[in-house]
Amino acid sequence: MSALKADDPRIPAIQSRIRVVPNFPKPGIMFQDITTLLLDPKVFKDTIDLFVERYNSKNISVVAGIEARGFIFGPPIALAIGAKFVPLRKPNKLPGKVFRQEYELEYGSDCLEMHVGAVASGERALVVDDLIATGGTLCAAIDLLERAGAKVFECACVIEIPALKGRERLNGKPVFVLVDSQ
Amino acid sequence: MFAAENGLRGDPRLEAISDAISVVPNFPKPGIMFQDITTLVSNHKAFKHTVDIFVDRYKDMGISIVAGVEARGFIFAPPIALAIGAKFVPLRKPGKLPGEVISEAYELEYGNDCLEMHKCAVEKGERALVIDDLVATGGTLSAAIRLLERGGAEVVECACVIGVPEIKERRMLDGKPLYVLVEPRQ
Repeated sequence: MSALKADDPRIPAIQSRIRVVPNFPKPGIMFQDITTLLLDPKVFKDTIDLFVERYNSKNISVVAGIEARGFIFGPPIALAIGAKFVPLRKPNKLPGKVFRQEYELEYGSDCLEMHVGAVASGERALVVDDLIATGGTLCAAIDLLERAGAKVFECACVIEIPALKGRERLNGKPVFVLVDSQ
Repeated sequence: MFAAENGLRGDPRLEAISDAISVVPNFPKPGIMFQDITTLVSNHKAFKHTVDIFVDRYKDMGISIVAGVEARGFIFAPPIALAIGAKFVPLRKPGKLPGEVISEAYELEYGNDCLEMHKCAVEKGERALVIDDLVATGGTLSAAIRLLERGGAEVVECACVIGVPEIKERRMLDGKPLYVLVEPRQ
């Protein structure tokens, strides 16, 4: 269930700008495509504003974005709320010393990395991605940040697929979403 | 062209941006001095300066598309797009964009790679920017320019945070102006 009240006037346009592509990346998956949302400057701005309004006065100093679509939403939020942006990347992309966390995907398995030293102990962090499905990726992200000593305040996603019960995977960590999948 | 030679000489923001970039030797392989922008985007002030410089340059140029090259271009392009009221168009590695795409191959040091774009993202005659974190050979940016032009856009400029010194002499890439903030750190 979306945490945001359904009567925010900006939500219907956000919902309508998300395109569903059937059978991608494989048969049976109804892919929630946010690229069409990014083509509408006003709706993209409204999406960011909704997150910024929520987090602006919460003392968040870290916005961590999950590669690659979390890199689209995370930095504008970080810039607006005065936080650092920390990329959480696929293996072997980040140079130097990294923390590494394996996770199960909706379709396959993978691994997420974060720079050692990217966050300081006690920093309050957000995790941002375009979508929460099974919650596996977000769970790995939370683990990375908390192993480094940060405290994850909340996860923030544009879309949730409620049927996949991703929320239950997050050990009580809250997730804030704007719309449900179609 | 480098920002310092194009109206921003002595701008303290450029020094702050350069200082915030880290160098990692021998990554991803021996001999390469990797320019790591994660320390730049982790420094709120320096990251904001970076975006502000690009926004100031492009906000009155009638740009309606800011295209970003996966993945580090995704960090810099959307804030610019949002600030100037343009669309953000992701240019992605093969197989990531759903639905109908157009593809453009380009050469790596060893072998080839490929960039994809949604053709429907672009309308004929739109003015576009291409953004990436760093330009070296220009192969990726050239592929990006070709994609946008095949979609009917006019690429106004390519802009990167970091550009190798050899680029200084070139000033243009495939006939398109190239705008760069800083040189690689040693």
